[in-house]
Amino acid sequence: MGKNKDMNDVVLEAQHLTKHYPIKKGLFGKASNYVHALEDVSFQVHRGETFSIVGESGCGKSTTGKCILRLTEPTSGTVTLDGQDFTALQGEALTEARKKMKLIFQDPYSSLNPRMTVADIIAEPIDIAGTYKTRAERDARVEEIMQAVGLDLAFKYRYPHEFSGGQRQRIGIARAIVLQPELVVCDEPVSALDVSVQAKVINLLEELQDRYGLSYVFISHDLSVVKHISDTVMVMYLGREMELADKDSLFAEPLHPYTQALLDVIPRITHERIQDKKILQGDVPSPTNPPSGCVFHTRCTKCMKVCTQKAPELHEVRPGHFCACHLFDESLSEAERQLSLDPTLVAQEKAQETGAEVLQD
Amino acid sequence: MALLNSDKNDKRTQEAERVAADAATAQTGERVEAEKTGKKRASSYWAVSWGIFKKNRLGMACLVVVCILVFVALFAPLLAPYDPDFQTLTARLQAPNSTYLLGTDEYGRDILSRTIYGCRISLSVGVVSQIIALVIGFFVGVCAGYFGGKVDAVLSFIIQVFSSFPFLLFAIVVMYVMGPGLVNLYVALGLLMWTSTARLVRGDVMRLKGSEYIQSCILSGGSSWRIIMKHLLPNCVSTLIVVSTLGIPNAILSEASLSFLGLGVQPPTASWGQMISASQPYIQSNTYYSVIPGIAIIITVMAFNLLGDALRDALDPKMRA
Repeated sequence: MGKNKDMNDVVLEAQHLTKHYPIKKGLFGKASNYVHALEDVSFQVHRGETFSIVGESGCGKSTTGKCILRLTEPTSGTVTLDGQDFTALQGEALTEARKKMKLIFQDPYSSLNPRMTVADIIAEPIDIAGTYKTRAERDARVEEIMQAVGLDLAFKYRYPHEFSGGQRQRIGIARAIVLQPELVVCDEPVSALDVSVQAKVINLLEELQDRYGLSYVFISHDLSVVKHISDTVMVMYLGREMELADKDSLFAEPLHPYTQALLDVIPRITHERIQDKKILQGDVPSPTNPPSGCVFHTRCTKCMKVCTQKAPELHEVRPGHFCACHLFDESLSEAERQLSLDPTLVAQEKAQETGAEVLQD
Repeated sequence: MALLNSDKNDKRTQEAERVAADAATAQTGERVEAEKTGKKRASSYWAVSWGIFKKNRLGMACLVVVCILVFVALFAPLLAPYDPDFQTLTARLQAPNSTYLLGTDEYGRDILSRTIYGCRISLSVGVVSQIIALVIGFFVGVCAGYFGGKVDAVLSFIIQVFSSFPFLLFAIVVMYVMGPGLVNLYVALGLLMWTSTARLVRGDVMRLKGSEYIQSCILSGGSSWRIIMKHLLPNCVSTLIVVSTLGIPNAILSEASLSFLGLGVQPPTASWGQMISASQPYIQSNTYYSVIPGIAIIITVMAFNLLGDALRDALDPKMRA
């Protein structure tokens, strides 16, 4: 967790980010349909904080990260970095602004060029930027960063294949922070690692945040990691924001049924019986053809009539706690509030409940 | 914010002190570490590949043969017993004997000396034309694979056109237009043989293009040139080595064919293809005359082909356990 967090200083602001991937068909590559990867996503990242994005696979977490960095161009919406409209930048100005933002990749195996030495990999951003005039200064900086991420200096001239996943991820982290960026997008940085190594890498990320005043956009599907590292959490489903709140209130009192379902399945050591947990039924719908109304209504156990017709908007339910769900919309009529559950969903739910009872007897 | 900054600065100085202390301890251990590093470097990609290659006996044998061929080509004047162009008209078409170990040709020239000198021509044609093919093929392949889209469509079309020409016929046309001669032969073969390199490099680059280290380079503002030279080229080297090793025998065979047809190396320069061509009228009476350059071609081509196979096995990570 960022200790240097400053709530009045916004490093990054995303407004109405939308990304549609065209599905091309036919001879002339006419787009016949679109994958709605991101739909109107807005958030703010404060200086020194860790902003986490969580959700199931395919929910648009990584696309959000890539759109922020403009590795893929968003279809619409803006990204503001340090008060500067990042989405409008081109050429030199873009390169210059990108120095403030870096990315840590998920896969420590494909993110390092197998034919470059560790020192060359880490030094690449400073080599391109031409930050240091002399070789000695550059090498000194590389050594400084290697020590900062806990890499032995003897590794300087080795090749990536000689390292373990955790060490490789340290090399990736070193490359990301060598230019002293303000914001680092961590795209599932630990999900490819062993649990014991995960903890070390997470601790390293926290240590570096404190030392260099970094802000993180932390993309993950692992809620226990998110609970540990985040300041603010955004829950995404099918390319939309479901809930956005600071970590403590989100984990203490999740408002959105989807968040509740997610939190329910975190493995815990308690007296609770596993059977008591509600496991989310059904699959994530296709993002090419998202459900009408609220995109979650096909799997929601509290689905009301209005949910199938009207998409809920993100609004502040509690101070600082945003949620996109009709349950908290007081203006709805009694008719609209009527439960409207999918019959197959009800059947599955019943089966689960009776199964649990049988076991309890 | 100011408070925050000073806090940060404090941390920096502390950090600097720690780094200095670490450096001091590191220096004492450095020599030991350097030794370790030296040892560790030996397990790099190339060292591992060499280890695999060494176990391939056929590959090693071919490497030895290729080395001998290179040696023969380099030191031909020292190895050849006679001047390859010197005619002894009193000793024409002799069978192998103690004076002329492999006999003489229709002008009384020593066949052994001519075969040794022919090795120079064959190897130089193989190597030089492959270098030309490699450079053209790499850049066409990289541009097609890396830039994609319309560039790829156009370049792929050009590759298709070039590779759909009947090879020998096109070579004959090119040699006819440019005129016979060694340099023209290099160029003609180079211009014809780049397509397979380009195709393979294009495939490699398309696979590598999506790699995260290239995305990282783009994020750091790296130019396309940097990505091509620093990331793509080193990762294509094994492909390039294998393609060119397998391309050399093709070039040697083409040189022999073109010289046989009178469009390659011109007499009196000794070339294996041209020797076979000259031996044609005597194929029944003096069989060895045509057989000897033929055997030289077979040995060379086979050695390079098998070496190429062995290299592919050693350099392709997918072939490794």
